[in-house]
Amino acid sequence: MGFLGLHYRIERKTMTLAIGIIFAASIGGIVEIAPLFTIHQTVEDAPDMRVYTPLELTGRNIYIREGCYACHSQMIRTLRDEVERYGPYSLAVESKYDHPMLWGSKRTGPDLARLGGKYSDDWHVKHLINPRNVVPESVMPPYAYLARNKIRTDDLGLHLAAMRKVGVPYTDEMIANASADAYGQTTPDTPYAEGVAKRYGAATNIRAFDGVAGEPTEMDALVAYLQILGKLTDAAHKTTTAKAGE
Amino acid sequence: MIAHLTTSERQLALILLLGTLVCGLAMAIAGSKDPLGVHGAIIMLAAIAGIFAIINVYYAPEPDEVRLALYYDDPTKVAVVLAMVWAVVGMLVGDIVAWQLVFPDMTFDAGWASFGRLRPVHTSGVIFGFGGNALIGTSLYVLQRTSRARLPDQLSPWFVLMGYNLFCVLAATGYLMGVTQSKEYAEPEWYADLLLEVVWVVYFIIYMRTLARRKEPHIYVANWYYMAFILVVAILHTVNNLAMPVSLGHAKSYSAFAGVQDAMTEWWYGHNAVAFFLTSGFLGMMYYFLPVRAGRPIYSYRMSIISFWGITFMYMWVGSHHLHYTALPQWVQTLGMTFSLMLLIPSWGSAANALLTLNGAWHKVRDDATLRFMMVAAVFYGITTFEGSFMAIRSVNSLSHYTDWTVGHVHAGALGWVAMITFGSIYAMVPWLWKRERMYSPVLVEWHFWLAVAGLLTYVFAMWNSGIIQGLMWRTYNSSGTLSYSFIETVVAMKPYYVARAVGGFFFLSGAVIGLYNVWMTIRTEDQPADSRAADRPLPQPATPALQPGE
Repeated sequence: MGFLGLHYRIERKTMTLAIGIIFAASIGGIVEIAPLFTIHQTVEDAPDMRVYTPLELTGRNIYIREGCYACHSQMIRTLRDEVERYGPYSLAVESKYDHPMLWGSKRTGPDLARLGGKYSDDWHVKHLINPRNVVPESVMPPYAYLARNKIRTDDLGLHLAAMRKVGVPYTDEMIANASADAYGQTTPDTPYAEGVAKRYGAATNIRAFDGVAGEPTEMDALVAYLQILGKLTDAAHKTTTAKAGE
Repeated sequence: MIAHLTTSERQLALILLLGTLVCGLAMAIAGSKDPLGVHGAIIMLAAIAGIFAIINVYYAPEPDEVRLALYYDDPTKVAVVLAMVWAVVGMLVGDIVAWQLVFPDMTFDAGWASFGRLRPVHTSGVIFGFGGNALIGTSLYVLQRTSRARLPDQLSPWFVLMGYNLFCVLAATGYLMGVTQSKEYAEPEWYADLLLEVVWVVYFIIYMRTLARRKEPHIYVANWYYMAFILVVAILHTVNNLAMPVSLGHAKSYSAFAGVQDAMTEWWYGHNAVAFFLTSGFLGMMYYFLPVRAGRPIYSYRMSIISFWGITFMYMWVGSHHLHYTALPQWVQTLGMTFSLMLLIPSWGSAANALLTLNGAWHKVRDDATLRFMMVAAVFYGITTFEGSFMAIRSVNSLSHYTDWTVGHVHAGALGWVAMITFGSIYAMVPWLWKRERMYSPVLVEWHFWLAVAGLLTYVFAMWNSGIIQGLMWRTYNSSGTLSYSFIETVVAMKPYYVARAVGGFFFLSGAVIGLYNVWMTIRTEDQPADSRAADRPLPQPATPALQPGE
């Protein structure tokens, strides 16, 4: 019985056809996705990697809420012009705590994978209030309302707990102090700020990101997130230096 | 229309709607401090509207047994109108965001009006609102005709259609409030995803039950494609949307996957949404409406088979071509590229099959704008699949990725293939559904066709140009070996093309508005002689001698 004969029989049986479709369609995904959870290229570790603080995570959620990923990628490819324009190419380990990833598919604006520390907080605030204040030709929408909106902090522990359920190593202490830490990160010289440094490392940015002390705003959170992009671990810089030195 | 439901169906509908009302109430209470509460209220409103509609006809006389001798087309009729409405909404928002890239201050200092929140309203509005309603409507229509059997019951198709549109409304309103999981083309959050999951299972059951009742020994080729669409979209949707909600009172959730695994899962989903939502389903549409409208049998049965299994098997491998030169392991990228190139064979198989079917009917293509819509769709299907395979080649992708070339490519597919085949099918189907001789105005169909072609070409050429210029500028070096252009210089260079894109989009939108008007007037104007397709009905129970394939 030839191929056509076989098909002639398959297309007369609904269940056989349905199972055939599921079978044919399953193979590709299984071969390409399943190994990614075990092979060393994708599950490598960086010893200095830290998790997002509650304030940075809030900022990341605002970034997602506003759809920033539609215009800005966070994935520097291994191409000469990209590495020269943006910095060391992105490693898999750098987004291991990104649920979901924000690699993006389009650059209407520049890549942001190495944005952290590139500009001052003040530049970011001005830029977000109206991008044309600092870049006259920009086509980015203004986000002035971020400076007016206070963030919701009472449920941040739940956010951290949900992140832990999908595999991010937040400690009980981090979860219990999430709301206080969000406040502490924007108010240096208070006892709250010390807790942030203790839990997330001395190198954590602790300051009033929007330039105004007090209750953290959405502007605080988003700028805190933008300033940590590419800074959760130093692995990418180390890899590039090592390769250059070889 | 709802009065056609039997008493027991009316009762079941009421129970389902009361259940929906309770779910909505629970969400509204649990999410009172969150956008989830607003969605709870929307679900409650939808349920209340449904309850009123049922109560209104509850004591109406039962439908008589004659209905069983006819196809059940009420849900299809509503789906067609909804598809046209979503087309106008989705394309209107698309044109607004296109203009926002020219006039970026067009946001009224409000979050809901900014590009990032409106853009998914556009993509979901067109893909799921327009495309999904068209697929549900046509699939139920085609399923019954090619099986010569009536749908198994009258309530489940309504459940699928209304549940699906509730999902679309939750998606669109959610984006405006900033509810999104940021996975492109899978942005709706966990509770909307769960709703879609239930709807989809019922949709599949309708398909299986109707096929089980069929009077034809063979399952017609269009139904293979519709089945692949339903089954594989279910798999993709389930896996890609695995997530952990912050709590049952939060709209927000965190993806079960992170980083490189999440990226691969997302683009496995993303590219196969193109494959099984935007290709397989619409090929089902094409394999029925194009031959019927042209009055010619499908050119090659063998080509249909090869094309079908080629698409079903190979497409699932190609998602990784979205991740060339990224942190995804290179062997996965290479597999994606290889299968993308091989995919050209089944894709062109279907495109050629469609165009060769038109042999002997080209005079009809010249005279009939409806058939011309389908012809242009087949041509653009061929062009876009070629372009897609080409762009999956690693070195080409290094230039095209992240640029407007990708945007141009998807619009060549979405406007040239998906929208064109849908408009063609709708113009063919509407007079049959409402028993009219023809559309209200054939002249307006012509207008729609030429506006659509003009808009499509303007759009696609603008994006091809801007994308390639952008890609080249990013990688241009000057004589001293440093990058020639700053990023903002490439943004400035895009401006004329962004204007052209917005104008092209406006043409296409205008065509869709005319289409909606024409469909509506065809429904409203009843003074035309009744349609002659009197034989368009299912076969009664004792089966008649079987038709052979190829007949």
